Amino acid sequence: MTATATSARSDLSELGRSETALRTFLHGLPGVDQVGAEQRAAQLGTRSIKTTAKAQAIDLAIRMVDLTTLEGADTPGKVRALAAKALRPDPADPTCPHVGAVCVYPAMVPYVAEVLRGSGVHLASVATAFPSGQAPLEIKLADTRAAVEAGADEIDMVINRGAFLAGRYKEVYDEIVATKSACGDAHLKVILETGELATYDNVRRASWLAMLAGGDFIKTSTGKVPVAATLPVTLVMLEAVRDFRAATGRQVGVKPAGGIKNTKDAIKYLVMVNETVGPDWLDPDWFRFGASSLLNDLLMQRTKLTTGVYSGPDYFTLD
Amino acid sequence: MSERVAVRKTYKLFIGGKFPRSESGRSYLVQDANVSLASRKDARDAVVAARAAVKGWAGATAYNRGQILYRVAEMLEGRREQFVALGLPGDEVDAAVDRWVWYAGWSDKLSQVYGGANPVAGPYFNLSAPEPTGVVAAVAPETPALLGLVSVIAPAIVTGNTVVVATSPTQPLAAVTLAEVLATSDLPGGVVNLLTGKITETVPTLAAHMDVNAIDLTGVTDAELAVELEVKAAQNLKRVLRPAPVDHDWSADPGITRMTTLLETKTVWHPKGV
Amino acid sequence: MFEYAPAPESRSVVDLKPSYGLFIDGTFVDPTDGGSFKSINPASEEVLAEVAEAGAQDVDRAVRAAREAYEKVWGPMPGRDRAKYLFRIARIIQERSRELAVLESLDNGKPIKESRDVDLPLVAAHFFYYAGWADKLEHAGFGANPRPLGVAAQVIPWNFPLLMLAWKIAPALAAGNTVVLKPAETTPLTALLFAEICQQADLPAGVVNIVTGAGDTGRALVEHPGVDKVAFTGSTEVGRAIARSVAGTRKKLTLELGGKAANIVFDDAPVDQAVEGIVNGIFFNQGHVCCAGSRLLVQENVADRVLESLKRRMAQLRVGDPLDKNTDIGAINSAAQLERIRELSDAGSAEGAERWSPPCELPERGFWFAPTIFTGVTQAHRIAREEIFGPVLSVLTFRTPAEAVEKANNTPYGLSAGIWTDKGSRILWTADRLRAGVVWANTFNKFDPTSPFGGYKESGYGREGGRHGLEGYLNV
Repeated sequence: MTATATSARSDLSELGRSETALRTFLHGLPGVDQVGAEQRAAQLGTRSIKTTAKAQAIDLAIRMVDLTTLEGADTPGKVRALAAKALRPDPADPTCPHVGAVCVYPAMVPYVAEVLRGSGVHLASVATAFPSGQAPLEIKLADTRAAVEAGADEIDMVINRGAFLAGRYKEVYDEIVATKSACGDAHLKVILETGELATYDNVRRASWLAMLAGGDFIKTSTGKVPVAATLPVTLVMLEAVRDFRAATGRQVGVKPAGGIKNTKDAIKYLVMVNETVGPDWLDPDWFRFGASSLLNDLLMQRTKLTTGVYSGPDYFTLD
Repeated sequence: MSERVAVRKTYKLFIGGKFPRSESGRSYLVQDANVSLASRKDARDAVVAARAAVKGWAGATAYNRGQILYRVAEMLEGRREQFVALGLPGDEVDAAVDRWVWYAGWSDKLSQVYGGANPVAGPYFNLSAPEPTGVVAAVAPETPALLGLVSVIAPAIVTGNTVVVATSPTQPLAAVTLAEVLATSDLPGGVVNLLTGKITETVPTLAAHMDVNAIDLTGVTDAELAVELEVKAAQNLKRVLRPAPVDHDWSADPGITRMTTLLETKTVWHPKGV
Repeated sequence: MFEYAPAPESRSVVDLKPSYGLFIDGTFVDPTDGGSFKSINPASEEVLAEVAEAGAQDVDRAVRAAREAYEKVWGPMPGRDRAKYLFRIARIIQERSRELAVLESLDNGKPIKESRDVDLPLVAAHFFYYAGWADKLEHAGFGANPRPLGVAAQVIPWNFPLLMLAWKIAPALAAGNTVVLKPAETTPLTALLFAEICQQADLPAGVVNIVTGAGDTGRALVEHPGVDKVAFTGSTEVGRAIARSVAGTRKKLTLELGGKAANIVFDDAPVDQAVEGIVNGIFFNQGHVCCAGSRLLVQENVADRVLESLKRRMAQLRVGDPLDKNTDIGAINSAAQLERIRELSDAGSAEGAERWSPPCELPERGFWFAPTIFTGVTQAHRIAREEIFGPVLSVLTFRTPAEAVEKANNTPYGLSAGIWTDKGSRILWTADRLRAGVVWANTFNKFDPTSPFGGYKESGYGREGGRHGLEGYLNV
């Protein structure tokens, strides 16, 4: 922690001007004890959320879903169907809320935009040479601008993990700043790809780096490497946004992505948000789930709560 | 030609590496010598000296403590005849030397034998290791005056404790002479403190003393006194070694219980993570 | 706001009888010279069952039954067979763990998530661990032919009723002793259920005897001339009295007594985990833990930040129904204990320390105390010296590592301590200097059957757990 809510707000905007300042700051953040962090996450996972609390949590989770498809095989038809599902996840139940956003590759943005226009469902696109980020900066920025021009109002960028792991923090910082600028009015989610950062200390540093550079959201993963979102990684990122707001006054959102497959998992994340950063983050503007198969399980559980019987996959759309 | 007039020795206490007379100014006649009659105040002074010596002695490396105990054996061996002249059997002196050697070797082995890693069911490093308890008060057996005394002192100090010993009241000269050995063995002052005199005068003070961590009642033969001392020791929950049986064989293998009773086990946990 | 709906564990798994006798020589019997008392649920003050109070004659019966079982059955029995009985008991405990956990929470007031996730798994693990020793004692490092002592008198406290029973009975039986155990008067019920488990395991009669009662029963037991071993866990005051009472006898004694542990937080600590460790250290089991980290020593240059995080975290603690799966802090075990906590807390305020608790609604019936911290505490305050045994944390500051160690050791107790720092050499330096039997570095309140537990100084002597735990039950 670098500052507290009670102390004067810190001006951290100068940090990005030098490699040394960034390094000194990031390496001065308190360490994360792996075992302790994982135990805390597991402990939060034992909360028992039942009945009314569960119903509330399921609807909130649906509203937080970034319904995602990021396949080479994606076609206009596929993404249109997905967008339609985002608008009305459960065609049989008009009280079911719509999801938070649809997330697709830049080339697919125009087709989704047609469906979502005016709906309140956001349109996110992964830009910056997703998922590896291994392209010249100019190409990544062009990628970003193209997605925004095509109608995306949220950009999910990947950080340069190679530069981060090599300790070239300013390079990572500058790329985020440039991408943020290319986004214009679109929100910027910064994907840390925590599975490649290997340690929670790195996750904490990368979180701060992304926030210092102007990211609106920090996001765990691309979903394209073996280790995606986990509860403890998300815990460390939540602690980072909590401390960042205490230090600067600016609130940043969090998006775990990949590996969150069912309602039980989603509720564990919500409990973690609730008890780590509090109700301010229990809102689709500040917390999202990057997921594809999660939505159907949420819908099944929702139906179970309203009808009292367990449903089956045949009763939900597979888009 | 007249015979040379011998220079006699004054037999004094051994406290804090020095040889003071009893602060009470008293002595008693025993073994044809005037020996200091330690007072309660001497006992308290000895505890202060012993406490002051704990940090350095417990903090010394086990290797260093072993070297010093072995040095004591060397010095004792060199003064063998001096003890024989006091009337001690040569075999007993030899056994006492051997006992120092035996304990000297334990200094850097007991932690391995008595401590170790514990395979806890979780991602933790977990290690138990023995540590000295601190200041030990001890009552040396009446006989054998030297071997019994050494058998009480060595197991207490080899692990890093310091001791205050009430020596054999009827045969104190072996103890005072041993003090001369200890004083020339690089043993830091205060690690061993010897009180000659009456057990009933000094030991109840030691048993009740709140800055003493353990009491070794080995040499107490009066059963009622033993109970009284153990009851006093309970006030600050001193570790207690109860009196030795009257027929105790001092030449037998001592085992490790004398050492382990005067040790604490500290267990340290730490997570294993990246 | 995300309100968690109540999630109560069902108590229907527990089949309580209206009254319980003494468990002597394999059967439940009525007391001959004792009376009876009621065990209540501290969360509601409802009576759970009426329990026999053993008198001196009952204790004598139990000791004689244990002696006979020792001489005729358990002593001569090969270690491999003793092992099988202990393994069998461990398995039955696992099979009936839900029932035992619910009963433990009912009788003790501790949250079900603790009895379910901490106590019961450790209880079963403890029996498993010592079962394996029963036929390997000659390899335990206590000589070629270590012998049991005979009859063990065991008196246990109310804070971890079944876990303390396991810590006492498992090593005693593995080493070949028989036992007479007295559970605490406010929490006798799981011990009586354990007696049923002994029956279910066909453990030979008299090997385990359970005599219920209060202080007089305990005194009659530890002073009985027929016992060879006394093991006690509880207050230092009672431990002292027991140490006096065994003076001059052959009885081997182990004592696990009070504590006033320092939890030291250095300025380079992993702060979020340290805060969890502080919370776990003092609020686990309502602070009814002898090794609780009841003195927080925080480096002055980070004290404000740590305290702010701590307060924020404390506001998340859920106090209430012990059987609710989301409860973090349950009921105080008894009216008497609640009174002691109140008295010491009031002394803290009166002596000028600053008191803080998060807003929290306490149930009307039952015994409750909100999680509380005192800041501005000095070594001179009573709340920094006396064991409160409740959810009350005293916060002190220090400037240098040497000062931290000096303050940590400045107590007659020496049971446990905590160290929080990311610097390895500082951990080892500090751990070396702390006069405490268990040192948790970058963690707190961790227990394991393989790990020896016990204190320095007035926190007692002897170790429970691990290879060391056998020593107290062997003639070495």
